[in-house]
Amino acid sequence: MPKDSGIGASSKRREDVRFLTGAGNYTDDINVHGQAYVHFLRSDIAHGRIKSIDTSTAEAMPGVVKVFTGKDFEGVGGMPCGWEVTDKHGAPMQEPPHPILAQGKVRHVGDPIAAVVADSLEQARDAAEAIDLDIEELPAVIDMKAAAQDGATLVHDDLKNNICYDWQLGETDDAKVDEVFANAAHVTTLDLVNNRLVANPMEPRVAVGEYKRGTDEYTLYTTSQNPHVIRLLMCAFVLGLPEHKVRVVAPDVGGGFGTKIFHYAEEAFCTFAAKACGRPVKWTSSRSEAFMSDAHGRDHVSKIELALDADNNFIGLRTNTFANLGAYLSTFSSSVPTWLHGTLMAGNYKTPVIQVNVKAMFTNTVPVDAYRGAGRPEATFQLERVVDKAARELGVDPIALRRQNFVTQFPYDTPVALTYDTGDYNGTMDKLEAAADLAGFAARRTQSEAKGKLRGLGINCYIEACGIAPSNIVGMLGARAGLYDAATVRVNATGSISVMVGAHSHGQGHETAFPQVVADMIGIDESLVEIVHGDTSKIPFGMGTYGSRSLAVCGSAMVKATEKVIEKAKKIAAHLLEASEADIELKDGQFSVAGTDKSVAWGDVTLTAYVPHNFPLEVEPGLEETAFYDPANFTFPAGAYACEVEVDPDTGQVSIEKFTAADDFGNIINPMIVDGQVHGGIGQGIGQALLENCAYDANGQLLSASYMDYAMPRADDVPFYGVDHSSQTPCTHNPLGVKGCGEAGAIGSPPAVVNAVLDALNSGGKAVDHIDMPMSPSRVWSAMNS
Amino acid sequence: MYSFDFEKPSTIADAVAALGAEDAQALGGGQTLIPTLKQRLAAPSKLVSMSGIAEMQGVCAEDDGSVSIGGATTHATVALDTAATYPALAALAGQIGDPAVRNRGTIGGSVANNDPAACYPAGVLGSGATIVTNARQIAADAFFEGMFTTALDEGEIITSIRFPVPQAASYQKFLQPASRFALVGVYLARFADGVRVAVTGASEDGVFRWSEAEEALDKEFRPDALMGLRINPANMIADLHGSKEYRAHLVSVMTKRAIEACM
Ligand SMILES: Cc1cc2nc3c(=O)[nH]c(=O)nc-3n(C[C@H](O)[C@H](O)[C@H](O)COP(=O)(O)OP(=O)(O)OC[C@H]3O[C@@H](n4cnc5c(N)ncnc54)[C@H](O)[C@@H]3O)c2cc1C
Repeated sequence: MPKDSGIGASSKRREDVRFLTGAGNYTDDINVHGQAYVHFLRSDIAHGRIKSIDTSTAEAMPGVVKVFTGKDFEGVGGMPCGWEVTDKHGAPMQEPPHPILAQGKVRHVGDPIAAVVADSLEQARDAAEAIDLDIEELPAVIDMKAAAQDGATLVHDDLKNNICYDWQLGETDDAKVDEVFANAAHVTTLDLVNNRLVANPMEPRVAVGEYKRGTDEYTLYTTSQNPHVIRLLMCAFVLGLPEHKVRVVAPDVGGGFGTKIFHYAEEAFCTFAAKACGRPVKWTSSRSEAFMSDAHGRDHVSKIELALDADNNFIGLRTNTFANLGAYLSTFSSSVPTWLHGTLMAGNYKTPVIQVNVKAMFTNTVPVDAYRGAGRPEATFQLERVVDKAARELGVDPIALRRQNFVTQFPYDTPVALTYDTGDYNGTMDKLEAAADLAGFAARRTQSEAKGKLRGLGINCYIEACGIAPSNIVGMLGARAGLYDAATVRVNATGSISVMVGAHSHGQGHETAFPQVVADMIGIDESLVEIVHGDTSKIPFGMGTYGSRSLAVCGSAMVKATEKVIEKAKKIAAHLLEASEADIELKDGQFSVAGTDKSVAWGDVTLTAYVPHNFPLEVEPGLEETAFYDPANFTFPAGAYACEVEVDPDTGQVSIEKFTAADDFGNIINPMIVDGQVHGGIGQGIGQALLENCAYDANGQLLSASYMDYAMPRADDVPFYGVDHSSQTPCTHNPLGVKGCGEAGAIGSPPAVVNAVLDALNSGGKAVDHIDMPMSPSRVWSAMNS
Repeated sequence: MYSFDFEKPSTIADAVAALGAEDAQALGGGQTLIPTLKQRLAAPSKLVSMSGIAEMQGVCAEDDGSVSIGGATTHATVALDTAATYPALAALAGQIGDPAVRNRGTIGGSVANNDPAACYPAGVLGSGATIVTNARQIAADAFFEGMFTTALDEGEIITSIRFPVPQAASYQKFLQPASRFALVGVYLARFADGVRVAVTGASEDGVFRWSEAEEALDKEFRPDALMGLRINPANMIADLHGSKEYRAHLVSVMTKRAIEACM
């Protein structure tokens, strides 16, 4: 029986009422009295040396308040990177400065050179056109392999080369890896590209900076997934401000997908400029600006090799990846191709020897950082493509080959630094086979062929490390922050509850799902519980929302705080009931004395907490508790996906006919929200596989700089999904037994789509063993006809 | 955008007068022009809206059997109001953009703009339509002069377009995945006196007639009449979305589908 409230119920998303009726409060809806507007003059070339910037004409233009250039920020810190990666020789990564406005050089199309603050945006734009720039164009560094060559043009003149780090994980002894491959019965090799993506949240980034002279206080309203992280980074590393004087508010945020995790120059600029101009300063990104200033995602070029023994057991895996970091290190960029990618190369398989090699490159392109899945999709894509290719080469069933190599004993220590706590990959695959009706595929293929279409089936497994992350472990790996989270449960006198959470909701449905947990623990109606998030002045602390961590980490903090609240409430109830605290039970919002019919309601206890006329002397009045929670391990959601496509052999057009996901997310709080998260993730994965392509030309011009050329998936590009979450192995180390579901769809789907297309082509007699994403009609047709 | 003056005349004569000002420009539905202005890629002194001119609105069936469409008629209106009289053209209009674009964008604006990937130019050229302006009548064959260029003079307004109605016609559009304009679009019209095949999206020179296909189809109107016929890829467009060879190939595929749809 599905529940109708509390944990496990598909409660309707209460926040959608305001989103769908136009009553949301997004950052661009915030207008502060007296605000001025900033327009950033951005580089239209990829690489150049700034000879001079003359702003004198611009400064005299109507409405102009102030014009800023890199010079104005010489005494100010640059944009920091939150993760120091150590290379394979033990040296720290090369970490070039990242100024708020360009200093000395411009390094990508979109790099901000100057900022004009004016009474209106149009005046700011007019003035920006009057800025006289003398920039000597330099050769653009675009191709990663060329960038790694000795003598390549340097993106950063002060670095020894364009390689941020040359990193390795797993087996360090090359000879041992060589030996495994030399002794293999079969080796499958694949060169592939994980295409660069632009996250494109529906709401572009916005920042409004405000400064109050009277109290020396700053407020920054910003489109962020993690306001406390922004405050910490901006105060401690960029502007040198004390945190208690700075409030960061991230109100309703219209999608993030990772790209709103990072601390951006525009945020620091608006905060700084508000004081410098004596007026609030607002910036709203245009969509065109977003394409060249939001951190991009993915962009790996890899070679992967899989060694199998004569019985088709995986015996060795080696990868060599070039990862594009773009022109500067964005906040978490360095961790993505390393600890969020290399650690996942074991996948669902018990491969004993794994070596992951990653060269992270500086290029004259927009910085690249985490995008839904962050590193884990790149790992999954390589692994699941090479496994599929191996199955085809060996002529074995791709599901059987996977099953044969699955990890089946838990906990499992991988050769790439992780310990999987729990999972049931065969069980999940069983669910997939049933839910996707794989037995009926042959008949469906016959039907497609009758219409002149090629039909293919693609299978994919994935594992991800979520619930990011145990602070002690990430600290050892180079993180410059802890990755715990916090919650305050504030019970009001009449029994309603505000929960101040460090997680930020920007589409995930926290405002619905989090109250389900608290209400369930106490046994009261969900409507009595509300969460508060997105404002550093209201919430205790929080590392924010990314890495499928909100419920697993912040939710755990919330559970612990609620437990503390219940413990205290029981003391009060015991006093009221004149019973021993040990005998008090809480059920359905009633405290009762075990074995008696004496009870007192939740509301009476909370009222007593705030009107303590009859109160235990040793207990403090009030009912509010805070908890911080640092996870003991990552969580490991895993799943198996099946994609069926039809390919039009005349045009190469691919259509997704059926997509089924079987995921193991452990326990589930709100099945409807989980379905929605999976749907959205798969949609983005299909986008990556078939449509989305952020492409630069050799001069570093962005070819796909608008929706005219950057193809976002539309409703008719995706099918109705089949989603099965009945395979559940609860996480063993957090109180809710939850694993996280936000990224799974985007991680698990691209290889399934590619595998399906290749299956279709091969079924039509075309021996195609790889097509790079996005598999546009043109690329599919070319592959079929080459 | 830069600032500009705005006028909304109610007659063609007033519009022509208003367009006499230096750097004045006609505004149709604004679906191309407004984004251009927002990006500051154009700086007209004045926009003269076509939307208040009653004589440029709507679809009417002429006595000679042709269909005449006012230059300021929206795509949505054409999709609805030619559905009975000229269904292939209605289908073309109904495939342009999304509902918002179709309810603002106009046939005159689209044809005057002559985007190499736009749909209407194929419909106009494929139908052998006549472009009627405030000053003259221009045959489709003489109107389209290459990407974004037409025979229109400065300040000249497309007041209507007259389409002879063929015995059968079909527009086959292969979508560019991002913009959903035509990666290749083929408009095929079969008249008593011959077949016309117009191709959009494919060529560096904008919309063009595929005369070899027309000749072959004049001889025998069936899908495999095109067997062995290939468009030369040399001056096809190559971009992120397709190579020259791919576009040349799609021209054949879409033409074949158009023939099948007309059988
Ligand atoms: C999201 C989107 C999707 C689209 N998809 C498609 C598609 O799939 N296929 C397609 O063909 N098009 C597509 N378009 C373009 C659309 O059809 C436009 O409406 C059309 O290109 C221009 O028409 P308009 O009336 O909006 O003209 P405007 O933008 O107002 O003007 C365009 C040009 O024509 C001139 N002009 C306007 N009216 C006249 C007139 N009566 N006489 C002379 N000159 C005139 C203007 O001065 C300007 O130079 C799309 C547009 C958008 C925004």
